[in-house]
Amino acid sequence: MIDSNAPGFWPQLFETLLKATGETLYQVGVTMLITLIIGLALGTLLVVTDRGGILERPFGSKVAGRIINAVTQTVVNLGRSIPFIILMIALIPFTRLLLGSAFGVSAAIVPLTVAAIPFYARIVEISLREVNEGLVEAGHSLGATRWQLVSKVIIPEAVPGLIRGYTTTVVSIVNYSAIVGAIGGGGLGDVAIRYGHQRYSVIHIVAVIIVLVAIVQIVQVVGARLANRMSHR
Amino acid sequence: MITLSSVTKTFGDDANSVRALDDVSLAVERGEIFGVIGQSGAGKSTLIRTVNLLERPDSGTVTVADRELTALSDRDLLQARREIGMVFQQFNLLDSRTVRGNVELALEIVGVSRRERTTRTNEILELVGLEHKAQQYPAQLSGGQKQRVGIARALASRPRVLLSDEATSALDPETTDSILQLLRRLNKELGLTILLITHEMDVVKSICDSAALMSGGRILEQGRLVDLLTQPGSQLARGLFPLGELPEGNSTVIDVTFVGLSSARPVVAQLARTHQLDVGLIGAAMETIGGAQSGRTRLELPGTIEQHTAAINDLRAQGLVVEIVRSGR
Repeated sequence: MIDSNAPGFWPQLFETLLKATGETLYQVGVTMLITLIIGLALGTLLVVTDRGGILERPFGSKVAGRIINAVTQTVVNLGRSIPFIILMIALIPFTRLLLGSAFGVSAAIVPLTVAAIPFYARIVEISLREVNEGLVEAGHSLGATRWQLVSKVIIPEAVPGLIRGYTTTVVSIVNYSAIVGAIGGGGLGDVAIRYGHQRYSVIHIVAVIIVLVAIVQIVQVVGARLANRMSHR
Repeated sequence: MITLSSVTKTFGDDANSVRALDDVSLAVERGEIFGVIGQSGAGKSTLIRTVNLLERPDSGTVTVADRELTALSDRDLLQARREIGMVFQQFNLLDSRTVRGNVELALEIVGVSRRERTTRTNEILELVGLEHKAQQYPAQLSGGQKQRVGIARALASRPRVLLSDEATSALDPETTDSILQLLRRLNKELGLTILLITHEMDVVKSICDSAALMSGGRILEQGRLVDLLTQPGSQLARGLFPLGELPEGNSTVIDVTFVGLSSARPVVAQLARTHQLDVGLIGAAMETIGGAQSGRTRLELPGTIEQHTAAINDLRAQGLVVEIVRSGR
């Protein structure tokens, strides 16, 4: 039991929270950076290699297109269907192989990224599918290459949806980053478990909740503002 | 300038396939405005989309500006498409780009340098009368303005051919007219060849030099409007000059068509005077079609056609086209 009346309690709480928040933001930040690149690529691949997509026949082969699409679909579904807590444990050997250690603030980025990429890839897929087919056709009529269609027409038109989806993904990952605290991943989840759960400090739990809510609020508001600014409909 | 030769296109599988284009051949001359008219489902849209190979035909060849597109590699086809502009019924502008950005897209795709893009975009926006809207987004524009952006984008890379896929069908009549006049002007000033599809006879009437009538995936007739008008039995001519229903009874009915100078002739009075005929006027219309003053009148004559041989020969001798719609008994 921690005594909140003990001298130095509040400064210590503050210091603990500050460090934990930094760790959480670092985990989420790095995770989301990697997710942005790979998730966007996978989501785009899902759309363009689909039947009737602009990359239906990569290298002139329809079979290649079907295979790439099926593999991508499977990878994304696999990642989405495993509950995070199980995914996290299952990935321990992989993380160890990759980073030499399976526990710690940085090591937690591996399961977080593995969870975030398929999540965002699906959102990217949905956003890109909403882009009006007529715009792709206009691009074709202007003689655009497939790369130009993706980079100058499809993705720019989907930007507001991509931002909103990204915001949703960030919020999920903030959530998951608290779970990794349970296996020594540091961050705010770690504080809640070590101080709040194991040492019965309600104040620590409440403080962690406040910080998490604040992070989610800020992400949501900034995301929505940005999406609206990018939308010219 | 554009030649389609025996083009065929079928959609769907064997069990329930639709033949959208059935052995279609079409010839569009350099510098003319050619209209393809037909009801929805006639295959017009598929037809125009085969010209820049947005739709690849199952068989037949497509030739634009002496280049056979159906024989090109994918890479060369991209190049060829850059020389064929296209405008769409729903405009298909990027919401994420300004008016300027939409026009520049065409130039970015071609690989024009930034400085040149700016100059060319200013030039083309001025040409379509939208230089003051350059910084606006499509959502802030009216339908007519959006279509002007569409036209500017299509023409940015200086194509010699413009394809218009129902470009005015989403617009109100006044705006339609201003867009049609713009197309006419661009056709004259730039020597642009335009192939358009439409379901509105008024579009053909107001700007086309030539036309084709399409139904069930086939071209029923095509040619220069001035020739079609004088071609007996032409459905297009009938569409251009709707003259109403046939009268009841056993009288003879003839359609007299004038093209060019003879249009002002007082035919009815002349028939009455010279041949002492009781001529009934059923319908008449005058239009400027394909650049020529033309008119058509539907006349009712008493008795059988044989009784009027002399009068009809007389009209024909004057260069008028006489079509016997019904012979009396």
